[in-house]
Amino acid sequence: MIAIIDYGVGNLMNVYNALKHLDMDAIITGAKDEIDNSDAIILPGVGAFNDAMLHLKETGLDKVIIENVKKGKPILGICLGMQLLFEKSHEDGEWEGLGLLKGEIVKFKEGLKVPHMGWNELHINKVHPLVKNINEGEYVYFVHSYHLDPKFFEDVLLYTDYGVRVPAVVCRDNIIGMQFHPEKSSTTGIKLLENFKELIK
Amino acid sequence: MLTKRIIPCLDVDKGRVVKGKKFEGIKDVADPVELGKFYSKECADELVFYDITASHENRDIFIHIVESVAANVNIPFTIGGGIRTTEDFRKVLLAGADKVSVNSAAVANPDLIKEAALRFGSQCVVLSIDAKRNSKGSWDVYVKGGRENTGIDAIEWAKRGQQLGAGEICINSIDADGVKEGFDIKLNQLLSKTLTIPVIASGGAGKMEDFSEVLKCGADAALAASVFHYREIAISDLKEYLFKENIPVRRCLI
Repeated sequence: MIAIIDYGVGNLMNVYNALKHLDMDAIITGAKDEIDNSDAIILPGVGAFNDAMLHLKETGLDKVIIENVKKGKPILGICLGMQLLFEKSHEDGEWEGLGLLKGEIVKFKEGLKVPHMGWNELHINKVHPLVKNINEGEYVYFVHSYHLDPKFFEDVLLYTDYGVRVPAVVCRDNIIGMQFHPEKSSTTGIKLLENFKELIK
Repeated sequence: MLTKRIIPCLDVDKGRVVKGKKFEGIKDVADPVELGKFYSKECADELVFYDITASHENRDIFIHIVESVAANVNIPFTIGGGIRTTEDFRKVLLAGADKVSVNSAAVANPDLIKEAALRFGSQCVVLSIDAKRNSKGSWDVYVKGGRENTGIDAIEWAKRGQQLGAGEICINSIDADGVKEGFDIKLNQLLSKTLTIPVIASGGAGKMEDFSEVLKCGADAALAASVFHYREIAISDLKEYLFKENIPVRRCLI
C-alpha cells in the first residue's frame, strides 16, 4: 500500500488515479498509523514552499515522514513535494525543508520566462532502475518557478535544460524526487511510475 | 529545450463537445473524454475545456466531466467558462483540472487573479484576454464574449494580470478569430516581448504556416479549435511540420 500524503494542499486525485491505472494500491491519508503501515510514501504538492512546510509542521506530518524515511521506506516527492525533500528554499524568503537530501531550491536565471511551463526534454545523467526504458530526449511536463541546485549532482538521474541544468529526477538510496508531473506526462510519465512500482516491490 | 505547445480548445455545452466532425476511431465525437483522449494520443500538449453554458444547473454536469477527463487523460488541461470566484477555482481544481482560465470576471474584479494565485499558486491561473484592435493602433479589452468594449488597453491589462499573479496569458484576437487568416502577429509579438510569463496565442488559425509564424514571433503556445475539430489539420501532422520548420516541439512518433 502506498500512502499519498494529504496535508491540505492541492488535488491528490490525479496522482491517485495514475497509480490506480497501474494497479497500485494507494490511499490518500494524513494519518500517522496509515503512513507507518504503508510500503511507500508519495509526497505531492503544488503552491508555495513555505505554505506547504507550515502545513506539514502543523499536522506533525514532517516528523512522521522523516521517521519513516530514516527507517528506509521509499518516498517519492512530486513537483513541490520533491523540493520539500531538500534542505532549504529561497522562494520569497528562506525556508527550511525536510532536509532528507542535500541541496537548495533557487530562482531561475534572469531573462527566462517563469514559470518554466510545458514539455521539456530529459537528459540522462545516471543509469538507474528508476529511469529504465527512458530514452535521451523524451519529454515530460514541467511547471515550476524555482528549481533544485543539488549539492551532489550524482543524485540527479535525469535533468532538463532551462537556462541551467534543471534536475528532473533525483534519487539517493530510498529517497526519490520528480520535479515534473509524471501523472501528467503521457507515456513517459507512466513508464517512470511503472519503474517506481518495480523498485518498491 | 522547452517546446512550444499546441492546444486544442473544446467547447462544452451541457456535457457535450459542440463542434466536431466524425473522426475515425472515435465512437462518440461529442464526448469530451473520448475527444480529449484522441487529441492526447495525437500529441496535443494540453487541452482546454470551455464550459459555454456555465449556467447554474449545468455546472454539476460539467464538474463530472472535469473529473472524468482527469481520470482518463494524462496530459494537463485547463478549464474555462463561468469562473467567477476562488470557490469556482477550488471546485474545478479539486475535480482534477490543472489550470483555470478567467476572463470577464477578472476584468470586473482583478483581485480574483491575486486571490486565486495566492491560494492555489500562479501556475494554475490563466488570464484569458479578448482583444480587438482600435483606431489608435492599439488593442482594447472586450468582455462578455466579445460584445462589450471596456476601453482598457490589452497590453496594460496583460501586464497588470502578470503583476497580480497570473501564471500565463491567453490572448484571443477578436479580429482574427474565425477568419482563419492567421494569428495576430503584432499583438502576440508585443505581448511576448513585454511579459515574463508564457503567452498562448488564440484566434485565427487556418493553416499550418499560421502556427509556425506565431510561434516564431515569440508566442509560447498556440490554441485553436475548428481547424482541429474539422480535421483540416491533424495535430500529429502539425507537429511534424513545425519540427521541420525548426520550431522545438514534442513529437509523438507512432
